[in-house]
Amino acid sequence: MHEIRRRVRRTVVGFGLIAALTGLLAPLAGGTRVSLDRAFDPSIPFDRNVDAQILLVARLPRVLAAGLVGAGLSMAGVVFQSLLRNPLASPDTLGVSAGASLGAMLAITFQADFTVAGVSAIPLSSFAGSLGALSIVYGLASARQRGATTTVLLLAGVTVTALLSAVVRFVQYLADFTETIQTTRWLMGSLDVASYGPILAACLPLAIALALLASLPRVLDLLSVGENLAAARGVDVVAAERRALLSASLATGAAVSLAGPVAFVGIIVPHIVRIIVGADHRVVLPAAGLFGGTFLVLCDLLARTAFAPIELPVGIVTALIGGPFFLWLLLRRV
Amino acid sequence: MAAAAARLTRWQRRFRALVAIIGATLLAVTPATGPRPAPDGGPRRIVSLVPAVTEMFFAIGADDRVVGVSSYDRFPPAVDRLPRLGGLLDPNVEGLLGLAPDLVVLYGTQSDLRRQLERAGIAVFVYTHRDLADVTATLRAVGARVGAGARAESVAGRIEHELTEVGRQVQGRPRPRTLLVIGHEPHALRQLQASGGYGFLHDLLVLAGAEDAVGDLKRESVGVSLEMLLARSPEVILDLHYGVSLSAERLEAERQLWRRVSAVTAVKTGRVHVLAGDEFVVPGPRVVLAARQLARTLHP
Repeated sequence: MHEIRRRVRRTVVGFGLIAALTGLLAPLAGGTRVSLDRAFDPSIPFDRNVDAQILLVARLPRVLAAGLVGAGLSMAGVVFQSLLRNPLASPDTLGVSAGASLGAMLAITFQADFTVAGVSAIPLSSFAGSLGALSIVYGLASARQRGATTTVLLLAGVTVTALLSAVVRFVQYLADFTETIQTTRWLMGSLDVASYGPILAACLPLAIALALLASLPRVLDLLSVGENLAAARGVDVVAAERRALLSASLATGAAVSLAGPVAFVGIIVPHIVRIIVGADHRVVLPAAGLFGGTFLVLCDLLARTAFAPIELPVGIVTALIGGPFFLWLLLRRV
Repeated sequence: MAAAAARLTRWQRRFRALVAIIGATLLAVTPATGPRPAPDGGPRRIVSLVPAVTEMFFAIGADDRVVGVSSYDRFPPAVDRLPRLGGLLDPNVEGLLGLAPDLVVLYGTQSDLRRQLERAGIAVFVYTHRDLADVTATLRAVGARVGAGARAESVAGRIEHELTEVGRQVQGRPRPRTLLVIGHEPHALRQLQASGGYGFLHDLLVLAGAEDAVGDLKRESVGVSLEMLLARSPEVILDLHYGVSLSAERLEAERQLWRRVSAVTAVKTGRVHVLAGDEFVVPGPRVVLAARQLARTLHP
């Protein structure tokens, strides 16, 4: 028991240090040269301080958003993979991500025109979409009480995803020309969130998800071996699964409504982390959160500097960097 | 008795089949002969899937021959009574053939549609578009194609003259570095798209007396991050809105959005302008209106 606690502490401190360092340094790098002296010169009012605004208005929200989205998607990926006992599961698998996309598409196409507490219609409607999908998934999980298996849940999730994606395409088809461009760009994902409002708004569901996740590691360990074993060890399987689904779906909804569907992070980071730290969820979950956040901050850094001033969609970079890295890890192990 | 009934129905069936074959043959033959050409030899039934070209037909007085338009046509208001046949990505081929056109204007990338129409023996005018000079070039080509060459020449000449006039009026004035924003998320400075250093909007901007703030990026549209916006710090920002009519309060709210980047010169000096109107996105005869409004805004 002490051994595992020490491992958790070591992992959190190690990955945490890397994450903190990345978070501190990433805003300093970018396509433009920024003078720190001028940025923090108190004699220049913030209103007129280009360097300070590049740091605090353009870059810092981006880095924060990348950290949150990366952490949320990676932890959700860990939960979905062990819950469904399927290495190919990801935050997209059960349709929450597609629900969030549908919400955003509806807001763009029907020109939803409202703001709540500084958050505009698109992220709000997107989060509402993820909650809609979540309730379907939750209903499916409840049906499991009547004897549905994980395979049924997985199949149902794939079906919900296909269904919602079809509606997304239908809504896109209804869209006007300029809206089609907007929807397409949204679906590529973007971390240039432009203000702190949406980030703060995303923190609430993420905090709830984290609180729920904190109770999960032991249960996930048992569940990923098998439901019967978990039940034999005294786990209320159905209740635990619901909690896991709820937390992972909330994290996914928050992440996707903040940045759009950023590809690849949620499926590959959990595997990378398991290769590095082993399979115990008490270690894997915090490590995945910290590593996922760091990974996405670095990918976004590359996306905004590689071809500056033109930016790449970050989803392309995550796949281009994450893919080969993961393959290398796999081959090294074999 | 039963056998007789069966024979009867068999004959009925054969009769119906015969009628169907004759009908189908007639239908197939009729469009092939096509509508009679106009007295001037030009087409009489035109379908335009390109809003800019639709406007050109109306400008050269060929509007009585236009029998169908795209789903995106908004101007002139008379297009509202014409059937709509989809757009670039979703042309309604069946509806189009049903109108029995003898000329269809389509985009260069609609190669499948073009093949289908050519198989059906329907003439096409392929629209390609690059810069401002193409507007009058297309107008002349369209005019020649429909037998209204003289009228098109005079309209094109007038457009060119008026554009030159706009350019002359701003000559010698200081050219502010200007960012022409063609789209962003409502209520947020996210997913900013601006006109890059290529295309008819860029040409209009330069003609109206501006220096394009992202003119070095030779693309029609450029994604602009907040960092790039702050780093380039344009002296004027023109925020274009089109397709929807926005209330005065909403336009003001859009203008206020830019205060987030108060260090940008245009924001500091109050030179952020929200412009509304779809003449900015249709490279047709109304480019003159667009050029004038840009020039007025840039050089009040």
